[in-house]
Amino acid sequence: MATRIEVTGLTAYYGKFKAVSDVNLTIEPKHVTAFIGPSGCGKSTVLRTLNRMHEVLPGARVEGSVLLDGEDLYGAGMDPVNVRRTVGMVFQRPNPFPTMSIYENVIAGLKLNGIRKKALLDERVEESLRGANLWDEVKDRLNRPGAGLSGGQQQRLCIARAIAVEPQVLLMDEPCSALDPISTLAIEDLINKLKSSFTIVIVTHNMQQASRVSDSTAFFSLEKTGDPGRLVEFDKTSKIFTNPTEKRTEDYVSGRFG
Amino acid sequence: MSTATVPEPTVPGPATPGEDRLNLRGEILPRFVPPVVAAGSLVVALLIYLLTPMDSEIQIVLMAALIFVVAMTAISTRVEGRRRARDRFATTLVYGTFLLALIPLIAVLASVISKGAGRLDISFLTHSMNGIGARDSGGGIYHAIIGTVEQVLIASAIAVPFGLLVAIYLVEYGRGRISRTISFFVDVLTGLPSIIAGLFVLAFWILALGQGFSGFAGSLALVVLMIPTVVRSAEEMLKLVPNELREAGYALGVPKWRTILRVVVPTALPGIVTGVMLAVARVSGETAPVLLTVFGTNLINANPFSGEQSSLPLYIYSQAGQPQQFAIDRAWAAALVLIIIIMVLNLIARLFAGRNRLK
Repeated sequence: MATRIEVTGLTAYYGKFKAVSDVNLTIEPKHVTAFIGPSGCGKSTVLRTLNRMHEVLPGARVEGSVLLDGEDLYGAGMDPVNVRRTVGMVFQRPNPFPTMSIYENVIAGLKLNGIRKKALLDERVEESLRGANLWDEVKDRLNRPGAGLSGGQQQRLCIARAIAVEPQVLLMDEPCSALDPISTLAIEDLINKLKSSFTIVIVTHNMQQASRVSDSTAFFSLEKTGDPGRLVEFDKTSKIFTNPTEKRTEDYVSGRFG
Repeated sequence: MSTATVPEPTVPGPATPGEDRLNLRGEILPRFVPPVVAAGSLVVALLIYLLTPMDSEIQIVLMAALIFVVAMTAISTRVEGRRRARDRFATTLVYGTFLLALIPLIAVLASVISKGAGRLDISFLTHSMNGIGARDSGGGIYHAIIGTVEQVLIASAIAVPFGLLVAIYLVEYGRGRISRTISFFVDVLTGLPSIIAGLFVLAFWILALGQGFSGFAGSLALVVLMIPTVVRSAEEMLKLVPNELREAGYALGVPKWRTILRVVVPTALPGIVTGVMLAVARVSGETAPVLLTVFGTNLINANPFSGEQSSLPLYIYSQAGQPQQFAIDRAWAAALVLIIIIMVLNLIARLFAGRNRLK
């Protein structure tokens, strides 16, 4: 069971600065949804509101609602910690915990939440690493530090770590921007595979990547620096890249953005 | 240099077709030059010393250093050009100051070892000063070692958790006025003269509360001195932990306090341990606050909570102040033991912190 996300009237602030204004979109379960747009348009901000990571920064706040299978993440009595267990996240730069081994990194989310049964942990490590297409490369050195892997392997380790807590949704914030083309390909293959079990939202600067991996695409933009970003167009990826409704979307995806 | 010969260089660019060789070469002094110049400077300095009325051998070294710097810079400017000359000048300066900084360290260690090692033996370590007067040759520091170790351990047991929690608050939770106020007072406390800490405990704990002199009172004074050092160093180390690691923790649905405890603190641990060890080393040698609170005794008192104790700095202070050679020898040997204890504590802490790192 994966989860539908409905975003309504979402506005996000950093202190007094309005970063994105009035975003409405619906993310389908077991789909890959890509967020594209120029730098500073708020796509990462919107992504971070989907698991309440936005408010981690001092002064950051959110208006509007994000419904996860009908439940408002920003409703009264919602625990951000539980929200994040349901909506996992992978960051732009691979960030394995430097003091932990590969094994410990994968089960960090479980162990830090108090699960200690060795058999269950062993099983989950293999399952998650296989899920992240990393098992064969690291199965003989699970006790080596996670930081000793290559960048692409580290990023897959971070994906394994995110899926080990069995979330419903996986958010990826430019997961390939620090990686070389081969590692990028490995991650994209992985996204295609993970789609069968998770709802995936990916922020990317790479439009080829968006067209390769996603089912739907949201294009964000902003009028000028200092203005809040807005959702310009949201549709099937094929339509966004071949026949977009908005002129601005067409300019952007065809490289004529000015 | 050579660009000046190019006629009207409007834009810096590739060499004109007339010059078919690129200017990549440069004159470099052979490797034997610096040692030769150094030896030469020493000889010249020695000659000046012998020919003019000077009365300190240190002047030879200073003069040689000066001559070396001037001569080397001049030769290098002439042969290698100004950029390399500046590089050589800065390099000489860096090495020179490094050696200069090393001199007191080596001098202290050498004099403490040479003067203290002779008196140091098993009986010195296992006996107290019970019944030993200043003129007697025997006696030892057993009571002072017990005192120092107990006082420093108790002080650390209070100050380290306390300081670490303050640092965690300041870095992870503190916002706005409260945190700024705490930071300010920690800074003020860092500069607190150690005798004030002793006077504070003397006035508050011993006189106002009537607790009497004890090792614990000494520990309290040391706590006052340790906390700011621990807070400052732990704070700096926690700030160095990348925010991405905290976010990675939160994104896994790990509560904030657990992320701090299991991810942030372990990542910063080696640095925190170093900071704690510096604080321990600092308070282990404090004399003034201990003098006012522990008072000192010649007898063995293993109970830090009642009665006066001794401690190594106190022992050194009282022995070195006496005019007999036996007492002065005891002071040197005790100083050596104090240095060894601090080094051993340091090594243990590093070993402990190292175990948490992955190989």
